[in-house]
Amino acid sequence: MNETKQYWKGIEQLANTPEFQEREAKEFNEYLPIRGGAESDEPSRRDFLKMMGFGVAAVSLAACEAPIRKAIPYVNKPVDVDPGVPNYYASTYTSGSDVASVVVKTREGRPIKIETNSLSPLGAGTTPQMEASVLSLYDEQRLKGPMAAGAEISWDEIDDKITSGLAASKKVALVSHTVSSPSTQATIDGLIARYPNVSHVSYDSVSMHGMLEAYKMATGKRAIPAHDFSKAKTIVSIGADFLGSWPNEGLNQKQFADSRRLSEDKKEMSRLYAFESLLTLTGANADYRTPIRASQEGLYVAYLYNLIAAKMGAPSISVASVKDKVNLEKAAKDLLASKGASIIVAGSNDPDVQDLVIAINDMLGSYGATIDLSTSVNTRQGDDKAMSVMVDDLKSGAVDGVVFYNCNPVYDHPIGEELGKAIGKSKLSVSTSDRMDETTALVNYVTPDHHYLESWNDFEQSTGSYSLSQPTIKNIFNTRQAQDSFLAWAANETNYFDTLQSAWSAMYAGATGFSSFQHFWDKTLQDGVFQASVAESAAVVISVDVNKSASSIAKDFTADNAGYELIIYKKAGVGDGSQANNPWLQEMPDPITKSCWDNYLTISPLDADGKFDYDPEKMNAQMTTLTVDGKSIEVAVLPQPGQAQGTLGLALGYGRTKAGKVADGVGVNAYPLLRNVKGRYDFARFSGVSITESSTGVYPIAQTQTTHTFNGRENVIQETTLGAYKKDSFAGNDKIEISSLSGKKHPYAVTLWKGHEYPNHHWGMSVDMNACNGCGACTVACQSENNVAVVGKQEVLNRREMHWIRIDRYFSHNAEDLTEGQKEASGLRTPEFAAATNPDVTFQPMMCQHCNNAGCETVCPVAATTHSTEGLNMMAYNRCVGTRYCANNCAYKVRRFNWFKYHDNEGFSDNLSQNNDLGKMVLNPDVTVRSRGVMEKCSFCVQRIQTGKLTAKREGRRPVDGEIKTACMSACSAGALVFGDMKDTESAISMQLDIKNEPKMVTAQEPRAYHVLEELRVMPNVWYMRKVRNIDEQKSEA
Amino acid sequence: MSAESAIREPLITGGKTLHDVTEDIVSRVEQKPSPLWMVAMAVSLSLLAVGLYAVYLLVWNGIGMWGVNKTVGWAWDITNFVWWVGIGHAGTLISAILLLFRQRWRMSINRAAEAMTIFAVICAAMFPILHTGRPWLAMIWMFPLPNTYGSLWVNFSSPLLWDVFAISTYFSVSLVFWYIGLIPDFATIRDRAKNKISKKIYGVLSFGWVGGARTWAHYETVALILAGLATPLVLSVHTIVSFDFATSVIPGWHTTIFPPYFVSGAIFSGFAMVLTLLLVTRKVYKLEDYITIGHIELMNIVIIITGSIVGVAYITEFFIAWYSGVEAEQYAFMNRAMGPYWWAYASMMTCNVIAPQLFWFKKLRTNLAATFIISIIVNIGMWFERFVIIVTSIHRDFLPSSWAMFYPTKVDVGVYVFTFGFFFTAFFLFAKFFPVINIAEVKSILKVTGDKKQ
Repeated sequence: MNETKQYWKGIEQLANTPEFQEREAKEFNEYLPIRGGAESDEPSRRDFLKMMGFGVAAVSLAACEAPIRKAIPYVNKPVDVDPGVPNYYASTYTSGSDVASVVVKTREGRPIKIETNSLSPLGAGTTPQMEASVLSLYDEQRLKGPMAAGAEISWDEIDDKITSGLAASKKVALVSHTVSSPSTQATIDGLIARYPNVSHVSYDSVSMHGMLEAYKMATGKRAIPAHDFSKAKTIVSIGADFLGSWPNEGLNQKQFADSRRLSEDKKEMSRLYAFESLLTLTGANADYRTPIRASQEGLYVAYLYNLIAAKMGAPSISVASVKDKVNLEKAAKDLLASKGASIIVAGSNDPDVQDLVIAINDMLGSYGATIDLSTSVNTRQGDDKAMSVMVDDLKSGAVDGVVFYNCNPVYDHPIGEELGKAIGKSKLSVSTSDRMDETTALVNYVTPDHHYLESWNDFEQSTGSYSLSQPTIKNIFNTRQAQDSFLAWAANETNYFDTLQSAWSAMYAGATGFSSFQHFWDKTLQDGVFQASVAESAAVVISVDVNKSASSIAKDFTADNAGYELIIYKKAGVGDGSQANNPWLQEMPDPITKSCWDNYLTISPLDADGKFDYDPEKMNAQMTTLTVDGKSIEVAVLPQPGQAQGTLGLALGYGRTKAGKVADGVGVNAYPLLRNVKGRYDFARFSGVSITESSTGVYPIAQTQTTHTFNGRENVIQETTLGAYKKDSFAGNDKIEISSLSGKKHPYAVTLWKGHEYPNHHWGMSVDMNACNGCGACTVACQSENNVAVVGKQEVLNRREMHWIRIDRYFSHNAEDLTEGQKEASGLRTPEFAAATNPDVTFQPMMCQHCNNAGCETVCPVAATTHSTEGLNMMAYNRCVGTRYCANNCAYKVRRFNWFKYHDNEGFSDNLSQNNDLGKMVLNPDVTVRSRGVMEKCSFCVQRIQTGKLTAKREGRRPVDGEIKTACMSACSAGALVFGDMKDTESAISMQLDIKNEPKMVTAQEPRAYHVLEELRVMPNVWYMRKVRNIDEQKSEA
Repeated sequence: MSAESAIREPLITGGKTLHDVTEDIVSRVEQKPSPLWMVAMAVSLSLLAVGLYAVYLLVWNGIGMWGVNKTVGWAWDITNFVWWVGIGHAGTLISAILLLFRQRWRMSINRAAEAMTIFAVICAAMFPILHTGRPWLAMIWMFPLPNTYGSLWVNFSSPLLWDVFAISTYFSVSLVFWYIGLIPDFATIRDRAKNKISKKIYGVLSFGWVGGARTWAHYETVALILAGLATPLVLSVHTIVSFDFATSVIPGWHTTIFPPYFVSGAIFSGFAMVLTLLLVTRKVYKLEDYITIGHIELMNIVIIITGSIVGVAYITEFFIAWYSGVEAEQYAFMNRAMGPYWWAYASMMTCNVIAPQLFWFKKLRTNLAATFIISIIVNIGMWFERFVIIVTSIHRDFLPSSWAMFYPTKVDVGVYVFTFGFFFTAFFLFAKFFPVINIAEVKSILKVTGDKKQ
């Protein structure tokens, strides 16, 4: 090879300049955009590799498609919102006519849970509707903005159209439910002042017109006075479901439970007599219950009047006597004996009946003692007659404009159909409803109101008890608070918040202890409630024309009606139907029938016998055609023990056609079947009711419980009578013993288990079966707190409801106690069957018992369910593979399996809280939404326990008793559920159960406390307190 | 092992020579599949396809596709599981226990019975996986495998975990036992094979068996050792399966009688299934000289014995329920007999207790048709037994509020059909491609020293 031949790469090399030589010496002689380390500016291999590595990683990462998450971080974090930390705001729940002070839990600005405001004197737990209302906020079916003639429109335009309409109309009716908000009333009054042609008509979907009218006649004031059941020793209810369907039922439940709370120091309790046609919550909790026909209600009241009057020396009234008067006479005796501590209430919407009730209460000295005439319940003021007149005027054209303020009378008023037809005739029709409901669909202009959780408002729930409402979230849709609409239409420049505040500055004048209005306002807003001093009213003179009432009762009521009677009632879940599109309410089992997702015709088993056989195994009911004054509807028939013979019951709140996808087509509408008595509406029909006497088809009714007796299993249900309890606090204990080598022993004395150490806390719960009235609020509260899925009717029929807490409702009877009438009827079948005419009812809330020797824990092959050092039976969803062995081996059957994927699944679109982005906002972020194939169950709200412990730890103290409450406990109006640390000797649960802590074991020394299924020795951390009935002893001992 | 008394009744009839045996059995493997086999295979495959669709529906949508519910967490799944496991037992009993007891009549039936065991155990093992809510995790997490989830371990106190061990051990031992037995026969097929591919395949399957005296000696030792290993399994597997129930708290499950009761029930149903299958195979493959009436009679006697044990167990349960004084237990047993599932209980009693007693009549127990019918009846009865134990116990246990009914869905049936599809597909493949009778062993009991023709 020619040695002289030169190879060069480029001109630079050929030139071989010093710069080139310098660069050539470097590892990277080309320009690299890398600066070297600390020592030199030179790019090094190390840097190159770093860059390379990063580049490769970055490129490969960028190649992965990142899932789109819709969480948007705060650019500027609001001062009072910390991610992961809940905020609580006092506000006021309102739906229909109902009002309640609440505390709203918000997370990252989203309201997720409603609890009662314990500062409110009227606050007592929650109702299912209150609990569920938070889900209604996130209902996709809500209107997204104002609409005119079915098309979207701006607020300015619609205001112009409405104001010109108001001006042009002859007479405009503003229809609403009872308005118990003073400031709202003021805006309505302002609107009326601006347009004198506007008049305000209010009605209640579940009317108490009769009582209101009676009090108006008797006292001159059209208001329902506050009843205090806690002060009563004898309570007589004639058809009044004060525990279930009266306003403030939570408070009534609390007061009733308070009057019956027992302890070693207080062995006295009130006695409740119920005379009713359907089995209601009140009847179910009665000590003495008599099924009567509704057509006899007036006669029973009159007869009771005579019994009392005879003793009190008042003249008697002449009405027909009643047949079954044993219990009535007994009730009269008790009422007289506890004079001044008695209450009698009646459910009839007939003012004449209520007149007599007032007269009886007056004779018994209830006024001023148990009934407070100076305090009135303001949430029922509706006037049936005014509403009827309005509809007639609308039909005739005398009224040519109508504004529906948050009400839906086309659906929930008996003459809604006529009203619906007449709306079209009016020149102006406006609705403020949140959805395109039955009424709203017929109006010209829709100005959707905020949800209550988006609104400012105030309420005077009962005289002097004020409650403020504040928005807990900015309005989700382009809605406007109805009060602001009224102000805008009245050409009032101020907004509602300012109006509200200025109204409250008047309130400030009467308040003491505040430095400034701002102080007063802030404090009141924080507390949510304000108690104004109520001026002592002059002694009210009660005057009742008993003879006039008696003569009309004699005319209207009859002791020997032979035909079917129809009673329209309100269910605990769906209620009046205004929140019917809420799946939590739809799936809540009715406390009495344990049915959900439907209404049905309840019938006495004696009437159903042989005609409408109900198959509890397949839950198949028979259909019938119910004909009421010519109107016929097809409805399923459910035989209901305890229902008076010849009586049919049908619940309100169903048969919605335009409520939304959940509610539409569920059940039948009972509102049109209410009886119109000269413009007022009665819930009972005595005549004109007929049903086809045989089945017209088969229809399944979804029930969560189909075996209704506890088969005498005293290891499940224990009860006793007050007399026996007074003698022996352990009365009713079934004293389970097991045989061992060394003789008979209590099951807990024998064991193969090593037991658990509980070094710190040991959580437990006590369930007072004497306090639980079965209302079911806990079920919905738990559903809301724990993201429990809604599964829909078909899956309930498949026995797969997911509720973590259920209320087992058992019927029982003493064969010897059957009355002559019942024995006669027993000729039909067996004595047991006859007992179905009037059974005793026992409610037993049932949730995970958190057994210390849990059956579920040992059998799980993957250790997904384990025991905590605090006595909790824990469930690791991630670990669960779903063998369901734990559920099989659970003696209490409280474990729930995710049979399907209930979230993000078209097949379960009724599960609103887990199937659309809006609905998901209600989910509690502290609780996992369970995937399909895993087991779940009550966790004792472990997320709340953790929060409580963390708060205490952060503040360097022990958790204080009462600081940690499970959702069911805080929902319970009656205080039947007490949760707490059994290691804390001062805690409510330790006191109530008289807990004795031994190493590895706790025992309750309270005589009434027992474990369900004690002999299994699973040793639950949930104790039940035996039910005590206030009935005469010989009755039960017979 | 092949000494045969001249006066003892021959176990193989028809005066077969050693060559006849090879010819009779191996020719089935060598021939083209018969149209009848094709039809049977088509039916099995279509069952498998339908079943697979049901399995797809189940796994894709969730256990909700079945009729199980909050109260009845197990129904057809575990019923089928226990039923299939039970069926498997006969194979092991015949090949292991009867081998140890030198019951030489077993030699012509053990191969098919063992194959049946393997396939039945596979069918059974599908249910513990398919019945879980998340089978993709259950398949892994049920085993005590090292993992990265901290030190997350299985729960050794769970009877379901014991099941995992019991079934997997049982399956492995049965498979090895069966396969070892097949090796000399595979070698025979290999040696006769004319087709290159067959020669290759059977050559591989036979592990290079040459048939030397040492090999035979090893072979027999291994067979004995495996028999010794398998013998306790016959008793332990179903004992452990019965622990799923016996260790629970549920009335009707919580019973100490379960282990012996389940084992005898398993043998009972297993023999019935062996009979069902062998009667067909015998007929189709014309193996009357190998599987004689004597075999059938002996198996029927086992059925009478085990059936009677099961019957006594049923009555004992009732006695104990009464004697224990446990209210829930008493109710559970009354509910079995008189509750809404009385028909299942009645079917169980009729099929399991009454039907096998007919075999006391020699005429019936030596009658092929009667045997065939009763063997099927017994298997139906044993399915109902498991259904009765599982469903009627949990559908009404302690709290009456939770009492519920179970109604099967199409998918319940479909998944059961799937296992049938699998079982028969596997069995027909076995019957075609594997020697259905143990050639080597049968040759050892041929009466070659006596007269050629009887």
